[in-house]
Amino acid sequence: MLELADVCVRLGRRRVLEGISLTVRPGELLAICGANGAGKSTLLKALLGELPATGSIRLGGHDVLRAKAAHLARLRAVLPQESEVAFGFTLGEIVSMGREAGDFATRPEVTDLALAAVGLEHRQAEDIRNLSGGERQRGHLARALAQVWEPVGPRGPRWLMLDEPVASLDLGHQLQIMRLARSYADAGGGVVAIMHDLNLSAMFADRMAFLIGGRLAASGSPLDVMRTDVLEAAYRCRIALNSAPKSGPWLLPQACS
Amino acid sequence: MVELSLPSVQRRLSGPTLSLAMTGLLLAASMLSLTSGAAGLGPDDLLAALWGEGLSPRDKVVLFDIRLPRLALGMTVGAALAVSGVLLQGLFRNPLADPGIVGVSAGAGLGAVLAIVLGGLLPAALTTAFGPALVPLAAGLGGWGTTILLYRIATSGRRTDVALMLLAGIALAALAGAGTGVLTYLADDRQLRDLTFWSMGSLAGATWTSLAAALPLVALALLVAPRLAPGLNALALGEAQAAHMGTDVQVLKRLTILSAAAATGAAVAVSGGIGFIGIVVPHLLRQVQGPDHRQLVPNAALLGAALLVLADLVSRSIVAPAELPIGILTALIGAPVFLWMLLQRAGHRG
Repeated sequence: MLELADVCVRLGRRRVLEGISLTVRPGELLAICGANGAGKSTLLKALLGELPATGSIRLGGHDVLRAKAAHLARLRAVLPQESEVAFGFTLGEIVSMGREAGDFATRPEVTDLALAAVGLEHRQAEDIRNLSGGERQRGHLARALAQVWEPVGPRGPRWLMLDEPVASLDLGHQLQIMRLARSYADAGGGVVAIMHDLNLSAMFADRMAFLIGGRLAASGSPLDVMRTDVLEAAYRCRIALNSAPKSGPWLLPQACS
Repeated sequence: MVELSLPSVQRRLSGPTLSLAMTGLLLAASMLSLTSGAAGLGPDDLLAALWGEGLSPRDKVVLFDIRLPRLALGMTVGAALAVSGVLLQGLFRNPLADPGIVGVSAGAGLGAVLAIVLGGLLPAALTTAFGPALVPLAAGLGGWGTTILLYRIATSGRRTDVALMLLAGIALAALAGAGTGVLTYLADDRQLRDLTFWSMGSLAGATWTSLAAALPLVALALLVAPRLAPGLNALALGEAQAAHMGTDVQVLKRLTILSAAAATGAAVAVSGGIGFIGIVVPHLLRQVQGPDHRQLVPNAALLGAALLVLADLVSRSIVAPAELPIGILTALIGAPVFLWMLLQRAGHRG
């Protein structure tokens, strides 16, 4: 379980997160949404223990701000928005680093499985810097996956924390990666993803949380929170909301206010 | 950040294969080094000695008091410089970082010049007590002192800012350079000669004593370095990711800086300024085996040791019976290799 209680973050004098309380259960995929500067990345950094925050942040019962890095690494893996790799590591080496950081140091096959899961098994020997932006993104996702390969481990459920996992991907790969995240949650792991694509979020997430100005404005199932009032407040846009029979609500932006 | 990259090079050799080759190279270089020199003790004599046939007392002195300590010191210094290069390049995530970057060289230079120029002002009892160890000691203290100062400047709370360390290192090096300049200006002719030769680097002063002084610190760093390798690999993905992958980044930074400073400080103290080993050796190895620090660390130690032994061999035979300071030689070879590295990168970009 990921539990945030009254989390506040200040950067300098500015309050960038204010009183965030949120619980995510294993088996859930939570999409964190909101406009640029609403505090999404700050919230993710806070729940990873990267920022000094007040309030309480617990993952699997451990205080994230106090737990040892090595311990948390076996519990959750992180896909950052952008990763710049120094030196000429190959894709295979990078994914293996993730594998060895988690509980799978003695299982080399996990590297191949994670690469296959993102469709990059044929690029293993390539210098990661020579891959395209989207391939790099999927490569780093494979690294994160390899670190927490089995959604449930001996110490309980494992977690994937993803910062805009589909931002630089084409339509087909967006679906592939969201399905991957979905199946990770379905197998008992937890997934927290910062998302800009609300339609994809509504299709795949169990819950969506909207941030406005550093506060949690709305949180609930896509059906509950994909409402024009929430969306127009969050994005300052006029929005036309529709519904598809299978995948639920979807939207088109109309005009900016 | 400056980065060297090449079109996806297929890895040609695995780490262990390369280790074997490097060990062979080091052994061959050692044999060559032990059996060449002005004293005429050749390979036959050495083989005979190995078979238990006695050496003449003169040959014994040449072998055990001159060539062996010089060989051992060359290996120690070469390994220290190359492994420090690997550690600091990993820490700064930059293949062009050099042991000089943490202020060791500048600080050691200042320490050495202080001892050479102002050593005469010390009470006679002190100068006789330290004797020839005064300059190395001052160089070591200057090097470590500068690094510790730099580390303190760049660390606030529990976090060391490596970018700040890089910039502050430039400032401290300039300051140490200014100090060195003032002392050079004040120096008399004999002191000028001494400090010029110190700055060019040499293994000519090698004795079992200088080896005993440098070896413990270098050995300590060489023992710690392999343990830092997985963390340095993770650090290639950035500090935040390294932490998410279970690395205690602050401990990694502290141990890396201390190990590199201990090894480089000890090496510079006993051999003066020897450049380029710390940049060229790790770079060559990355080309051949890839950037994995777990293999880079041991292979850099082997190749650094072998290259310095070979460079020393050339430096004492090329203008025999005189000696070319080894720092000149490593610069003569290292600088073109360094340029080649840069041009290769430019070619790749263009």
